[in-house]
Amino acid sequence: MSKKITIEPVTRVEGHGKVTIKFDDAGNVEQSRLHIVEFRGFERFVQGRPYWEAPVLVQRLCGICPVSHHLAAAKALDVIVGAGTGNGLTPTGEKMRRLMHYGQFFQSHVLHFFHLVSPDLLFGVDGDPAIRNVIGVAMKHKDLAVMGVMMRKFGQEIIAATAGKKIHGTGAIPGGINKHLSIAERDSFLLGADPLNIDKMIEWAQAALDFLKDYQKKNTDFIDNFSKYDSNYLSLVRKDGALDLYHGVLRAVDANGKKVLNDVDYQEYDKYISEEVRSWSYMKFPYIIDQGKEKGWYRVGPLARLNTADFIPTPLAQKEFEIYKAYTNGKPNNMCMHNHWARLIECLHAAEMIKVLLNDPDLLSGELVTKGTKTNRGVGLIEAPRGTLFHHYEINENDQITKANLIVSTTNNNEPMNRSVNNVAKSYMNGKDTITEGMMNAVEVAIRAYDPCLSCATHALGKMPLEVTLLDANDNLIDRKRS
Amino acid sequence: MAEIKKTMLYGYGNPGRQDDGLGNEFVSIMEEWITKEGIPEITIDSNYQLNIEDADAISDKDIVVFVDATIEEIDDFYIDRVEPSEAKVEFSMHAVSPAFVVNLCNQLYNKFPEVYLIHIKGYEWDFAEGLTEKAKENLNKAVEYAKSKILDGRNFMD
Repeated sequence: MSKKITIEPVTRVEGHGKVTIKFDDAGNVEQSRLHIVEFRGFERFVQGRPYWEAPVLVQRLCGICPVSHHLAAAKALDVIVGAGTGNGLTPTGEKMRRLMHYGQFFQSHVLHFFHLVSPDLLFGVDGDPAIRNVIGVAMKHKDLAVMGVMMRKFGQEIIAATAGKKIHGTGAIPGGINKHLSIAERDSFLLGADPLNIDKMIEWAQAALDFLKDYQKKNTDFIDNFSKYDSNYLSLVRKDGALDLYHGVLRAVDANGKKVLNDVDYQEYDKYISEEVRSWSYMKFPYIIDQGKEKGWYRVGPLARLNTADFIPTPLAQKEFEIYKAYTNGKPNNMCMHNHWARLIECLHAAEMIKVLLNDPDLLSGELVTKGTKTNRGVGLIEAPRGTLFHHYEINENDQITKANLIVSTTNNNEPMNRSVNNVAKSYMNGKDTITEGMMNAVEVAIRAYDPCLSCATHALGKMPLEVTLLDANDNLIDRKRS
Repeated sequence: MAEIKKTMLYGYGNPGRQDDGLGNEFVSIMEEWITKEGIPEITIDSNYQLNIEDADAISDKDIVVFVDATIEEIDDFYIDRVEPSEAKVEFSMHAVSPAFVVNLCNQLYNKFPEVYLIHIKGYEWDFAEGLTEKAKENLNKAVEYAKSKILDGRNFMD
């Protein structure tokens, strides 16, 4: 008799998701899908609002990655106010934004690795769920847990110093930034008492990376073969091919490393990228138009970025990048769990960039804003920790937003996450009489490798909307439950 | 003279989502009052949600009062003691619960502050700034309660 399993909620990802796995009569996985309830009403909500409000308004989208939305919106509005893209800003404007962005990257990658991933590595995918979490890490590996907490705190303090405040930061404004870094703030990050100084953060970022590499050596089969599959990879890169998390041109490579999007201007992203709607998912499926819907889907995020970039412009991360690239003989890395390896190389790069910026006098003084001739359309792209984030706005003669289109990182990874779920479900569950908690966690491990953020900003106690849909083998609705 | 207990008031939520900002507004009002009255040894904090670094933030406090919006079926607000949670995986782990923060603080720092959570009833959660009128009424009641407890020796559960 055929059966169907629903795993929900997907723990340790933001918001709410649901996985359905259908088995055929022989007990093999017939179909599996990740459903994510994505609320796109925000794009309608901002219509009619003055454009300059957007960098603050977009932070209502998500309390997890507000900095990424804040900066992507500001970059789009740079174009609208005539400040151009990227290096059109004053040195102070661009560098303060970059500092904010690297602070966000650092804290987000740290949170993901120490809080969400390390329990699976330390206790095993099928380890006791009662201890397979950060509390378990704290009990058995206190040094690692303290490291994670303090690194995250450091990144959060960088954000507060550059964005102005923790909630609804106002730092980035159309055409620039609204504050300098004070000498006291700079000195606290450079020379703060251990562990809260940048040298310790770099040391710890390297230590976390060494831990992961050591784990990979001891668990090569799991790390290398867990949900391994070919795809295209997309990200921003600097014009010279360097990894650049803040600004660049749009590049995509295929599974063999061939460029399928060759460093194009992202202002015209809609000539190259489209989004497919599928009846069973709330979330769209982006693809590269030239490649078509079937072959044009792509991955974004750490794994993708280290596949598209030619080098990393900081010395310690570059050294690690060379080791990482050598592992696949320079070919694109298609191993899902190597997202974690790539993520920690980026974490080290972010820490190095923070140090470079803290030593730059442009942060302490200089013009904050660039002015120019206004236009009515602007696109801002940024590499959010989870992957490429698109913000597109159009305005009318009254400075009101008439159109907004956002493609968030998790949407870009929609098809890849579904592929990963399917791969893992088949390899762990095919032909098994009993489905264990460990098998179900394996599916979640595959999803967590992408660090999805499901745009769930309201988290009031008891308010956690869920939908469980039960279908029979013919896709007839049996039951639907909402919490 | 008894030593004054180091206290932290920590509101969390997204003020861009209507009544989800109840916790943030609570601490904003309290901060103004504490400054005006010159009340010592009270730290104020506010964020979108709690996270792992808050275990460090509460580790040097004697009393911590978290404040959040709720849709629970209550009239206005209530307070309860937060005990460390079982080491159970949370539904959403980009944010953590007060009980999780307490547990992490206990485990990492071997510190055991008294921790409370004020639940304030909210009603609307759309993309908008500002609290609903009914939520404001509930907020005012919670604020008056907290002020009275602070003035009366900081015994929140008495």
